[in-house]
Amino acid sequence: MKLKSRHLLGIDGLDRSEILTILDQARTFREVLDRSIPIVPALRGRTVVNLFYEASTRTSTSFSLAASRLSCGCVNFSKATSSVSKGETLLDTARNIEAMGVDGIIIRHQSPGAPHFLSRHVKAFVVNAGDGAHEHPTQALLDAFTLREKLGSLDGKRILIVGDIAHSRVARSNLLCFTKLGAKVAVCGPPTMIPPGVEEYGCEVFYRLDRILQEVDVVNMLRVQQERITSSSFPTVREYRALYGLTAERLRTLAPDVVVTHPGPVNWGVEMDFEVADFNRTLVLPQVTNGVAVRMAVLFLLAGGDAQPEKADG
Amino acid sequence: MKAETRERILLQGGTVIDPQKLSTRRADVLVIAGRIEQVETRISATEATEVLDCRDKHIAPGFVDIHCHLREPGREDEETIASGAAAALAGGFTRVCPMPNTEPAIDTEAQVRFEIRRAAEAGFARVHPIGCCTKGRQGQELAEIGSMVDAGAVAFSDDGSPVADPQVMRRVLEYAKAFDVPVISHCEVKELVDGIANEGKVSTRLGLKSGPDVAESAQAARDVLLAEFTRARLHIAHVSARATVDVIRWAKERGVQVTAETCPHYFTLTEEALADFDANYKVNPPLRTEADRQALIAGLADGTIDAIATDHAPHLKGEKDAEFDAAPPGIIGFETAFSLGYEQLVLGKALSLADYIARLTVVPRRILNLPPVAVAAGSEAELVVLDLKAEWEYTADRVLSLSRNSPFLGRTMRGRVTTALLGDRLFRF
Repeated sequence: MKLKSRHLLGIDGLDRSEILTILDQARTFREVLDRSIPIVPALRGRTVVNLFYEASTRTSTSFSLAASRLSCGCVNFSKATSSVSKGETLLDTARNIEAMGVDGIIIRHQSPGAPHFLSRHVKAFVVNAGDGAHEHPTQALLDAFTLREKLGSLDGKRILIVGDIAHSRVARSNLLCFTKLGAKVAVCGPPTMIPPGVEEYGCEVFYRLDRILQEVDVVNMLRVQQERITSSSFPTVREYRALYGLTAERLRTLAPDVVVTHPGPVNWGVEMDFEVADFNRTLVLPQVTNGVAVRMAVLFLLAGGDAQPEKADG
Repeated sequence: MKAETRERILLQGGTVIDPQKLSTRRADVLVIAGRIEQVETRISATEATEVLDCRDKHIAPGFVDIHCHLREPGREDEETIASGAAAALAGGFTRVCPMPNTEPAIDTEAQVRFEIRRAAEAGFARVHPIGCCTKGRQGQELAEIGSMVDAGAVAFSDDGSPVADPQVMRRVLEYAKAFDVPVISHCEVKELVDGIANEGKVSTRLGLKSGPDVAESAQAARDVLLAEFTRARLHIAHVSARATVDVIRWAKERGVQVTAETCPHYFTLTEEALADFDANYKVNPPLRTEADRQALIAGLADGTIDAIATDHAPHLKGEKDAEFDAAPPGIIGFETAFSLGYEQLVLGKALSLADYIARLTVVPRRILNLPPVAVAAGSEAELVVLDLKAEWEYTADRVLSLSRNSPFLGRTMRGRVTTALLGDRLFRF
């Protein structure tokens, strides 16, 4: 089964069966990654570009690796070394890169909707690698993949997302993705970090972490942007940790099977204490590994690859 | 756009709208040498050298736009006074009031005279400039309001850089009283605004940087109270929020000298239009909710909101063809305003046809102290012919503005302006 859209712009617009198609495809590729030679020729001859307007070593590296594991060429464009600093517009940049001949554009941009805008103006397929506070669909897919590996189905599971919901694209994509997969999602943060109308996602809202933490199957912590302190979203890091941090004390109160996820990079000692890193149900590193497999699946399905990777291998 | 000069023009078989008396009547109109000679039930065609068939058409005084942007001087690539005045006329506006946010800003007598002269040279809609209320729109020192009034400025505003300091705003309102001119307030508490989208469920879903409606209504509350305290005349620009309508209604009940306008995009569209991140829907203040839209229509219906303005704000395609955050806010409005208002307000049964026309004619004239006009014997001809039955598609090729930034391109419009008459000069569209 193929995806309905030529692009992956967000979880918004994907239905449950498309999400499952991507996750199932990712499972195949996840096995590839465990092989001694973790590479398949599925997209040989194709090229994608990483068009990153915001610094993000992890996500761009994950996409680059995903492409190379599929034998797909990948070039990196960074804002710092390009003509963007000379006033080149996004549209200019994208059209120029496309004119050089690429099949897909993976874009990270600070402006919400930038991938959607791009998708209307280029022939290449577009993958949203994070657009402002809007969406980060591959993060949601890799989180869902990781949770399904651990918990089986997400149907009926209770997932709590903790942190700056208002400014988080991960929160939005995860809310959409987890809900579509049947989970019951709640969000928790100070009222200054809860955006208006968030209940439209069908989630419950909590301002106090300890009222809900013990009730859930999954704790999805978000990174705290330190610059939010200056915009008066919360008074101090100290108080944030005390009220919303997954501290060593809170870790001990969790129900026995609870798993902890975080999109990274973690501010250790702020939203999570160092002890969480050693907690045996913290999935931060499996998330990173699975991210490559999920991004392979996304590139593969959008590039229209139709070979079965197992058969194509070797 | 070319004018045809005609000595004796007969508009035959039409219905004349009187927005003063809020009435309509079947009448022929004879214009000789630019003056309305006769308005009678039946005038013989032999009286005229040019007969316009106005059967099934309406005749109204020319419209006055209390709020627009003509971009000259400074951004003549987006619009000039000539191109803007032509587009205005094609939309039925025979007089327009450009905001002073040009480069440089209009804050001196000489610049006011420049704008008026440019418009006179072009010969389309007349221009009545709005001058800055503070020098350079900096919100600090009073501009030479008196000299600008002498030069022909009709109102004062710092437009999109609203006067933040309440002491300066108080002084502006007080000082303007000497000249009986309105101070126009673009109500926006900038500190409350992170980005140009309505803060609410749509901005949350789309992750857009946003500003809440209270950024508008809180400033409106401050300004109506300052207007009450100073007993000055205040006009609130482009009302977009329900709470602002409530503030103005409350102020009017208290007897504050406040008037207000809203624009067709606010009573036609809502924030839901942002779903595709199309920057042609980006406008400041932003499109808000359906409840806000309904409150604006109700505010127009009960007279809380007095006038309809376009806030015609030209921007180049290249500037709007960008990611949402990078695109400048603004919508061109001259050529669509009449049709959108007719559709939403008249066909939507919020206003009678004559009352709707009043909001485009006698009401803005009263706010701006412009002489009243009527389609009546003895008046200079300044009128438009309307075809209310027309259904037409608004397409880029018919736009007279130098810019094309309208979210309404491709929309089927109801009712249109077919003709304008300025003295003895006839314009057919």
